[in-house]
Parts: sequence; structure tokens; C-alpha cells
Amino acid sequence: MFGKLTLEAIPFHEPIIMVTAAVIAIGGLALVGALTYFKKWGYLWTEWITSIDHKKLGIMYFLVALVMLIRGFADAIMMRSQQALAAGGAEGFLPPHHYDQIFSAHGVIMIFFVAMPMVIGLMNLVVPLQIGARDVAFPFMNNLSFWLFAAGVVLVNISLVVGEFAQTGWLAYAPLSGIEYSPGVGVDYWIWALQISGIGTTLTGINFFVTIIKMRTKGMKLFRMPIFTWTSLCANVLIIASFPILTATIALLTLDRYLGMHFFTNDFGGNMMMYVNLIWAWGHPEVYILILPAFGVFSEVIATFARKRLFGYGTMVWATVAITVLSFIVWLHHFFTMGAGANVNAFFGIMTMIIAIPTGVKIFNWLFTMYRGRIEFTSPVLWTLGFIITFSIGGMTGVMLSIPAANFVLHNSLFVIAHFHNVIIGGVVFGMLAGLTYWFPKAFGFTLNEKWGKRSFWCWLVGFYVAFMPLYVLSFFGAVRRMQSYANSDWQPLMIVAWVGAVIIMCGIACTVIQFYVSIRDRKQNLDLTGDPWDGRTLEWATSSPAQFYNFAHLPEIQGVDDFWRMKQENGGKTPLSEGPYQDIHMPKDTWEGPVIGGLSIVFGFALIWHIWWLAIVGGLGMFGVFMARIFREDVDYYVPAAEVERIEREHRKSVERGVPQSSTYASQVGGQA
Amino acid sequence: MNRTPHLRKLGVLLLAVLPLLLAGCSSALLDPKGQIGEEQRTLILTSFGLMQIVVIPVIVMTLLFAWRYRRSNREASYRPDWHHSNLIEAVVWFVPCVIIVFLAVLTWYTSHSLDPHKPIEPTAEQQDPIEIQAVSLDWKWLFIYPEQGIATVNELAFPEDTPVHFRVTSGSVMNSFFIPRLGSQIYAMAGMDNDVHLVADEPGVYAGRSTNYSGAGFADMIFDAHVGTQQDFDAWVEKVRESSESLTYPDEYYALAAPSEANPVEYFSEVSPSLYESIIKSFKAGGRHAEYMAALAGEGHGAGHGEEAADAHGESVSAEAAE
Amino acid sequence: MSTDTLSNHGDHAHEHDHHDTSGTKLFGFWVYLMSDLIIFGSLFATFAVLLKGTADGPTPGEIFELPFVLVETFLLLFSSFTYGMAVLAMNADRASQVKAWLAITFLLGAGFVGMEVYEFQHLIHEGFGPDRSAFLSAFFTLVGTHGLHVTFGLIWILVMLIQVQTKGLTDMTRPRIMCLSLFWHFLDIVWICVFSFVYLMGVL
Repeated sequence: MFGKLTLEAIPFHEPIIMVTAAVIAIGGLALVGALTYFKKWGYLWTEWITSIDHKKLGIMYFLVALVMLIRGFADAIMMRSQQALAAGGAEGFLPPHHYDQIFSAHGVIMIFFVAMPMVIGLMNLVVPLQIGARDVAFPFMNNLSFWLFAAGVVLVNISLVVGEFAQTGWLAYAPLSGIEYSPGVGVDYWIWALQISGIGTTLTGINFFVTIIKMRTKGMKLFRMPIFTWTSLCANVLIIASFPILTATIALLTLDRYLGMHFFTNDFGGNMMMYVNLIWAWGHPEVYILILPAFGVFSEVIATFARKRLFGYGTMVWATVAITVLSFIVWLHHFFTMGAGANVNAFFGIMTMIIAIPTGVKIFNWLFTMYRGRIEFTSPVLWTLGFIITFSIGGMTGVMLSIPAANFVLHNSLFVIAHFHNVIIGGVVFGMLAGLTYWFPKAFGFTLNEKWGKRSFWCWLVGFYVAFMPLYVLSFFGAVRRMQSYANSDWQPLMIVAWVGAVIIMCGIACTVIQFYVSIRDRKQNLDLTGDPWDGRTLEWATSSPAQFYNFAHLPEIQGVDDFWRMKQENGGKTPLSEGPYQDIHMPKDTWEGPVIGGLSIVFGFALIWHIWWLAIVGGLGMFGVFMARIFREDVDYYVPAAEVERIEREHRKSVERGVPQSSTYASQVGGQA
Repeated sequence: MNRTPHLRKLGVLLLAVLPLLLAGCSSALLDPKGQIGEEQRTLILTSFGLMQIVVIPVIVMTLLFAWRYRRSNREASYRPDWHHSNLIEAVVWFVPCVIIVFLAVLTWYTSHSLDPHKPIEPTAEQQDPIEIQAVSLDWKWLFIYPEQGIATVNELAFPEDTPVHFRVTSGSVMNSFFIPRLGSQIYAMAGMDNDVHLVADEPGVYAGRSTNYSGAGFADMIFDAHVGTQQDFDAWVEKVRESSESLTYPDEYYALAAPSEANPVEYFSEVSPSLYESIIKSFKAGGRHAEYMAALAGEGHGAGHGEEAADAHGESVSAEAAE
Repeated sequence: MSTDTLSNHGDHAHEHDHHDTSGTKLFGFWVYLMSDLIIFGSLFATFAVLLKGTADGPTPGEIFELPFVLVETFLLLFSSFTYGMAVLAMNADRASQVKAWLAITFLLGAGFVGMEVYEFQHLIHEGFGPDRSAFLSAFFTLVGTHGLHVTFGLIWILVMLIQVQTKGLTDMTRPRIMCLSLFWHFLDIVWICVFSFVYLMGVL
């Protein structure tokens, strides 16, 4: 009846897990209670869950990402604590069974459920506005993508309490992840969480690629697009080209585990090296999916706050394209030590270091954007400066790793850990937090508190160096990754320093949480009434903050790069986009099918994890049925009458004059809940 | 409002502290005890130094430009529309290109000279190479000495100034064989015959371990490599030969292969001939891996698959097939 | 820029247009097919790598029956032709002909899937199931993934038959028939690769 699922699957004997579960349960109940008490269920359903508005989906992606950041960070601090304790024979507080799940979950969560949703969330929020579109190409699919992603999040979190998570590392290398060496449900949670959310990501990639290619406003040629849109375009190309490889690889592992096939098994002709090749053929482009949009954010931030056009726009674009192409021919550098011949290793090593050239050029372009500018040291700028310095160091260690002969001693050591945190924290996290601060007013209509933003930056920056520089050093002593304990107690002092660094980063996360609280509390003082709080350069600042659901009353026409800046220079700060006469606006309708399919995919995945076959069939047929309902639905769009547009725009202009936000803005909605 | 001075201090501090930390202690990678490791140290330091040509200017320029062109500094020139300069673009492409060309040449050269598969030609002072076979198991290292006919678990010994040809495979999941002070590591993969050539220049006890995570007992997959004179090595071989334990294939081998954590050092005075090859073949057509593992686990996974071909012609696939 | 994007709606409001205009839809579907192609590419690569992993089980030459597969191939190729006829009929606004050609395509496709299921069932019966060796795993998965796609195509044809019946040839159904057309021809091309690389090269 319930497959492999029994009451024993719940780890009652693990106090850490049970306390966490209790806290989550209490928090969840409080949330449900509050939603019921304040009668917000209907609001939540109609305004958010079923919404196809790309801006709201972007906010939801970011919200989930921040929650999962806390979950992923809890894993991180437990790992650091364990390694600070478990030296010279001491076992620490986490047995291998638990520790191994934690580092696997940390990697999976931070990449798939924190970095990816931040990047995709920002793309959702910004790209359609930057290209002057009313929505994405396929709004229903956009909602569906989010809910498939959310289903993956839910499955990963269920694994905390019901059963276990993978003890294989975040990429679940075969044959360790095969049924022979991992007979438990951990790897199955990994499989279905990534498979379901990965399909959502592929759909997002297609959606945004088509949106950017097909839905740019008049006059916005490709070489007039803002850099963030360019980097998003390239990231989406990477998603379209690489995520199917992940889908296929996970599917093959699934067949090995569920149907006894022999793709990656040790015996019966299986080839585990094929798994490693395939997973990195996806995995390497994946890191560029994350970093390219972050590069885009820094480009926007630095140009805006230096009050100066981005230096070398064309170079920037071509450097991005070059990185996109190169990212597909370097995957083997993740396993030089597999023992391929010298020619193969040298080829992949050299290809890898070639990526440093366009990346270096980008860094110089940001520097020369600051040159002869007027830089305002807002928190997004601090993130950018911190990024340039940190990322340069991370890039340098990356090039060191790319030399095969050096890699033979650095591989799998803490050097690798330090390197990729160097570029992911210094690049992706800094970039996403800069982007969050920068575009927050566009999403909510008020700016974030700068004081707490800067505190967060300093904690993250200092915390990063304190946490990860010791790991670089330790790698030279022979310390490797994923050790639950280590015999050599000489390593302990630096492990403790690293733990202190993690605590400082925790302060940074706390500062961000406080920043949200303070900013929402004081939102009346920080309202963005003009829609252009930073004196921005690109189209998203030409519309109101938060943007109306139709984005622009009139779709703008573009004459060059940074065209909004030009408009402001020529019209003395006035933008004619919200003035009449108005026309009917064609918009898509909300969808119930997206969230329901997402919910059923959780049922489907959970049933397969626990081998509850009848439930899997119910879930699968349910998804199919709902999809059919969508296929046969005809009322998927409507027109906003010109008179309604006029009313909304008039109200907006009045509120700008009065200095009071509109009644229908997110700001007041959020305020209503706070 | 302005925080850049702090940033600058931090950067300076960092640059000062890093080399100190690295140089101040006897680090395994920066104080290698073998020729391979020494060349790798030189390579790491060379590449590190080369890249300072870009990294240091970037850090300095970041701090300098940010400070110089801060908004409150009305003395600095402000040119909002200046966004292109052929000269600057040429320089910022040219400099990284030159460095990478140099590094690429270095990479090509060292990838071949330090190829783990490449035998070490003994110099005049060095003895003839010996062969040791390393097998990663759950979760311990089995070392087979084919020339001496002995085997050990979690302990390695070989004479100094003697190139050692390590043949590396796995009886389980993937691991990586690594003695940091001697240089290159190499993956241990089931059914594959991988290898790495290393040499130790001076006597000592060098820590070795698996670097590739392989499951619950991974943290304790460590061993000591005892390097001494030829006499020391011979004495050690005699000590192993005194052991009453033997390691025959398949039964005793599979008993050893059963998962164990923090396995103590074990000596085997007798070993089945071509044990190493048998382990590799056990994963090939007609191999007995599945059968024995099923028996060990006491359950029937793979039962019915065990098609027993009379002639096990599974040849050991070189890891170079990975290409 | 194509004229059917959302950006131009403001200029001629209330013209009968859709949010997902057909050009964008077709382009999007084409992009999806490219990503699907990469799934097939990964499976082909895996098949190539595992071809020798027969584990003393059967080799390709021992289990493939070319004449049988050739019949399958012709069924699928011919179904592509009949689908083309359906599209021509749609362009000529002949709904009943569209339905007829779709139905014929469905039968041909169903015949293909039926033959494949028979082939698989036969192999498994002989003891050459996908769990026998890595080669057979890769074979069943590559061919089976194609077969699954064809099965989804069949379901889609059924849906279009119903929609053309109930809704006629509208702005909603037309782009869907075009997308399905892309899909069907795409599967044909993939099959030709399967036939050449898996069956022909396996036997020769």
C-alpha cells in the first residue's frame, strides 16, 4: 500500500532533525493560521499562486530562494562546526550518515534552490521590463515552471523529515549513487527533486529565450539590449542546451536504480565514467548560467551609479557570447585525475584558461566604467566592488586548477571548495544581492534600507575571506573535501577560523533579514514615486514602481543603448510613456493549472521515491488530466479596456503628485501582511 | 559614508597574510618530498606569480578608481558619455591573451612531462622502478606487491629514490589515490587499470588518502607511506611475510572487501597470483562481482544476471578510454 | 522583427490576435525541439559508449532483424507524408480532410509503436531485456525514448482530432497542428538516425 514507506522512515532518534522539523511545523501552522485568520487565502490564490505576472513570479522565486538560503546555510554552519570539532580522533557531533547528507544537501540546495531561483527570479522581474514587453512569450508556462521548481524544493525539504537525503555529494557520482551502493531513498529524493525542478528550468530557458528574441519593443535591436538582458539571453541559451543533458543523465540513473539497467554500474558493461562526463557536460555550463546574469547585474549597477555609460558595450556582449560558447568545451577539467591522456587533458586545460580572457576583459570594462565617473557608494556598488576584487582572486585560483599538472595535487582538496565558493559567493551571491537591492523598488515601490544593506555586505565580504582563505591554506596541507573527521589535529586551528568566518556570514544573512524588516516598517519614508529611484538608464525605470500589471501603458520605442537615459536628457526628466491617448491592452489570464500540476508533481515524485506505484499513477494521470484541461481551455486571455488603463495611469500620476502610493500596489499589499 | 579605506586595508592585509600562512608551516604541497611533487610546486607558484600581473593591477585599480571617482570628489573629471577607447580595449584584450598564451604553453608542456601515466626514467642515483598495485575498497586501501607476493591494508612502504609504478583500481565505487607530499593523484575505478608514477627523494612517513568521497567510511580511508632505505624496505617486506594471514581470490578477497570503517593495518604474507587482474576482471563479462556482493549483502540484487561464461576474456580497459 | 509579436498589438487593437501569437508559438516549439534533440544526442552518445558493453550477452548483430525494422521505418516515413497532407489540407481550409489525414497518420504511428512494443516484448522474452547488459540498457532506452515520443505524438493527434472536430480550424488549433507537424517530422528525423546508427551499423 505504501511501498517502502513506513513509520521508521521518520528519524525520531535524530534530535537535530526533530527539533528542526518541529520548528518548521510550528512556523507552518502559524502561517496557515494567520492566513486563515486574516482571510488571506483567496488573496494568496488569486494574486500570487495563480498569477502569470512575471514580476510576481520573480518575487516568488526570490522569496523561496531566500528561505532556502537559510536552510542551505544551516547545513553550511553544521559542516563547519563538525570540521572545527572532529579533529585528531574526535568524532564531532555528526555521524557520517548525517554529515554526508548535509554536504550533499548543502550543494544541491545552494545551486538548484538558491542560486538558480535567484537568477531566474531576477530574470523574471527585469527582462520583460528591460525589453519593453508586457509579459513573457508563454505566461502559463512561466507559472508552471515556477511550480515545478517549487515542487523540487518541497521534495528536498520532505527528505529532511521523511527518510533521508542522498549521501553521495551534490552530483551523485555513479556508481556510489547506484542501487548497489546507495540502496536507500536518499538518491531517489535527489533524482526526483532535480528532475522535476530541472524540467521547470528548461521550460524557463525556452520561455525567456523566445521572449528576448521575439518580444523586444520597437527599435530594440539585439545590440541595443541592456547588458543584463544580453547575459540573460546567453544564460538561457545555456539552459536550453545543457539542462536536457541533466534530464537525460538523471533519467539514465533512474533506470539503473528502478529497472536494474546497467548504464553506470561497475559490472555488466556499465561505464561510470560516462556518468561523470555527462553530469559535467551539464554541470560546467550550469555555473555560467549562474554567473552570466550576475555579470549583467554588475554591468547595470556600475553604469547607473557611476552615472556613466558602460565602457565597451560591444566588447562586453562579445565577451559574454565567447564565454557561452567556451563553457561547453571545458567540462573535462572537473576530472583530469580520471587519467585521460596528456593531449586531452592539455586541450581541456587550455580551453578552460581561455575563458579567463573574456572574463578578464569584462573586469577591465567595469573598471573603466568607473573611470571618469561619479560613483555613488550605494550598497549595490559595494557588492560590485567586493565582487571585482573577490572574483579576480577566484578567477586566478580557477586558472591554477585548470592546469592539469597542478590539478593533480589540488583536485578534490579544499582548494576546490575555496575556489568555487570564491566565485559563487563573490560572483553569484554578491551579484544577486546587488540585483535584489537594485531592483527591489521596481518590484515593491520602495527602496531597501541602505544601512543594513551595507552591514550585510561587510559581513559577507569579511566572512567570506575568513571562512575560505583558511581552506586554501589547508589544501596545501593535504586536507580534502567531504571529510566527516580528520586525524591531523594541526588542521584544527584553521578549521576553527573557517567556522568563525561562517558565523560572520551568518551575521550577513541576519542583516539582510533585518534589512527587509526595517525597510518594510519604514517604507513610507523610502517610497519610490517616480519609478526611477536611482536615475537609471534602461527601460525598466521608465515605468511606475511597482510596474503596473501591463508594465507599460504605451510600449516605448528605442533609438539606442541606454535609451531611457537619452529620453531623460532630451525631455528634461519627463517620460511620455504614461500619458494618453490609451489603447486596449491584450493580457493573458491567470492560471489554476500551473500550481495544480506542480502539486501533483510532488505527489508523483514522492510516490516514486517510496515505490508507492498506485499513487505515482494517480499523480501522473492527474498531471496529464490537468494539462488536458489547459489544452482545451479557450478563455486564456482578455483585453484591458483603454478606459481602465487611463484610470490606472491617472491614479498613478495623482499619487505621484500627492506623494502617496497607489492602493493596488504590492507595497500596500505587503504592508497589509506585515 | 565612504568605506573604501577599509576595503583597501582588507586587501593589503589579505595579500600580506596569505603567503605568510603558506610559507610559515611545513605544507605538504609546498614542501614536497619527490620529484613529481617538486615540479608541481614550481608549476603552482609560477602560475600564481604570472597571474599577479593581472590580479594586482585589478585590485589596485578597483580601489583607486572607486576612490578617485567617488561622487564627492568634484576635482576628478567626469565624462558621462565616454564609453569607448580603442587603446584601452586593445590593452585589456592583449595583456590577458599574452598571459594565457604563456600559461597555455606551460600547460601543454607540463601536461605531458607530468602525465601520471608517464614512467619515471631512473636517474643515475635512482634504483630500478618497482610496481605496487593499489585497490580501493569500502573503506580501506589494499596494496598488493606483485614482485614480493605480499599485500597490506592501509599501509604502504617503498624504498627512497626508487620510481614506483602504482597501478590503481577499485573493488567498489570511485576513489582517488593520493600521497600529497609525493605529487599526483589518480582515480581508482572499478574494472579499470589506472596508473600513476611517483618517487620519494628522502625517507619519511608520508600521509596518503583517498581524496574522492566514497561513502560512510571515507574520512578514515587513510594510510601511511613508509619511505626508507632499501634495507628498511626489505625488513618491512620480511615483517609482512611473517604474517599468518593470506589473501586468496575470491573467498578471502571478498571477505576483505566487505565494508568496514577505520580498518586497522593488515598484512598478508601470501596473495593469489594476479589478484589485481582478477579484481579488475571481476567486473567484466563473466565476472563474479555481482554474485559475491549479493552473497555479502544477503540479498538477491543481480541474481539471475550471473551468466557464467566459461572463458572470462574481459580485458582490462585502460582509463584512457575515458576520452 | 516578426509582425505577430505582442509588441505591435497596441497599433491595431482588437484585431483578432492572441497573446501567444502563432509565430512566437512555432518558434518556441522549435526551440523546445532543439532541447529535445540534445536529450537524444545524450542518449546516442551513451549508446555509442556502451555499444561494446555486452557483458557476454547478445551483440547488436545477433538480435536486430533488419526487415522488421525496415517495415517500421517505412510506416513512420509514410506517416510523415500523410501528416504533410494534413497540413496542406489545413492550408486549404478543409477540416474534414485534415481529420482524415490525421487519422491515417495516427494509424501509421500506432502501427509503428505496436511493432516496436512487439520487438521489445520479443527481446525480453528471449532473456535479452534492458537489465541484461549495458548495451541492451542503452538500446532499449534510446529506441524506447523515441517510441515514447511517438506515443505522445499519437495522444496529441487524438487531441487535435477532437479539437478540429469541436472547434474547427481556428487560430487556436492551427498553430497546434503546425507544432505537431514539426514534432512529427522531428521524430522522423530522429528515427532515421536511430535506424542508421543503431540498427544498420549494428548489423553491418
